[in-house]
Amino acid sequence: MGTVASTHAETPTGRSIWIDVPEWPGNIAGQHVDVRLTAPDGYQATRSYSLASSGAMPRLQLAVDRLPDGEVSPYLVDDLQAGDMLELRGPLGGWFVWKQEQTAPVQLIAGGSGVVPLVAMIRAHTTSGSTAPMRLLYSVRTPADRFFADELEELDDVTYAYTRSGPADAVIGRLTKERLAASVLPVGAAVFVCGPTGFVEAVASWLVDLGHNPAMIKTERFGGA
Amino acid sequence: MSIFTRGFSGRGRDDNPALPPGQYLTEDFPVLSAGPTPNVETDTWEFTITTETGTVHRWNWEQLMALPAEDVHTDIHCVTRWSKLGTTWRGVSLDTLFADVETEYDYVMEHSYGGYTTNAPYEDLRDGKAWIVFEFDGEPLDPEHGGPARLIVPHLYFWKSAKWIKGLTMMKDDDPGFWEQNGYHIYGDPWQEQRYW
Repeated sequence: MGTVASTHAETPTGRSIWIDVPEWPGNIAGQHVDVRLTAPDGYQATRSYSLASSGAMPRLQLAVDRLPDGEVSPYLVDDLQAGDMLELRGPLGGWFVWKQEQTAPVQLIAGGSGVVPLVAMIRAHTTSGSTAPMRLLYSVRTPADRFFADELEELDDVTYAYTRSGPADAVIGRLTKERLAASVLPVGAAVFVCGPTGFVEAVASWLVDLGHNPAMIKTERFGGA
Repeated sequence: MSIFTRGFSGRGRDDNPALPPGQYLTEDFPVLSAGPTPNVETDTWEFTITTETGTVHRWNWEQLMALPAEDVHTDIHCVTRWSKLGTTWRGVSLDTLFADVETEYDYVMEHSYGGYTTNAPYEDLRDGKAWIVFEFDGEPLDPEHGGPARLIVPHLYFWKSAKWIKGLTMMKDDDPGFWEQNGYHIYGDPWQEQRYW
């Protein structure tokens, strides 16, 4: 059980949420929680959300994008307020994670709200003082659609791929295999790809075409196909 | 004491008895794979069942296609909470493939092209409970969804239905496969909500 400490609008449809969880056992970067909402009549809905935070601090951060026909996300983005209680289960997930013991260079590739677990990895990487190269390629529609925009602006190794509109000097349009090739670390890097399934599918198959070993590519996908 | 979430009322939908606890109905077909989709060609495709004596039963694609196939109508339930009701597939029952297999072992490891594994009790793959399918909804199975052929074991959470199926090995013990080593339940019964460790 957690108490919402604060919320912050990230994008026109997305929000980040800090939650105090007194008995939080800690989590690894990339893990997620299940959030369960209960209506007065007992009806329950549970969905998984990646954590943007990691470590043992009893304060977690989620970021949620409101889905048009979502059941839980509209509540979390539009209704939830500081002081509310939220039922959480976690941490969950042992695969799509990054730990400071991993010394391989890391390429992070995000589509939309898929950046959330990758931000957890970036933060963990910074906190640990790891010298492994870590780069982020972030695909979003417009600059306003970036989650954690201010935080990411402070970093050096972030490349943006804007698909609808962006700064005057940016190449606008869907990510292509050629642009991907120009932006990512060489073969041998550990790659984490997260976002809508169509995006992840395209990026993962391009990476394999470019010579990346499939075993070095971890994917986390959401959405239908 | 009932805990409820301030301000949440839900969509007020009717409870659908076909949905296991904690599941919601989806009309689309999500893809949740741990890595890239493997590229598997039918002209080099092979499926094997390996027993404890080292005996290997083998089928290539033509041999699979020559076996009696059936249409399967079933509900599927993903541990990530979506369920899809009334899905239709076409494939060969594992009962057909296990017909000549002699084994004393009670557990099976499913192996996929690309390296994925998942374990299941042998009895959960027999008696009309599992198939190797190559069609979904009347069309050849899409690679994203496990094509050219995948296992389906619909009575368990769908991570137990290995995509890009390559083979089954008999095991003495219920050793954990990929997701079972990464936080997920060893058995995975949706009706008992056996999601995690």
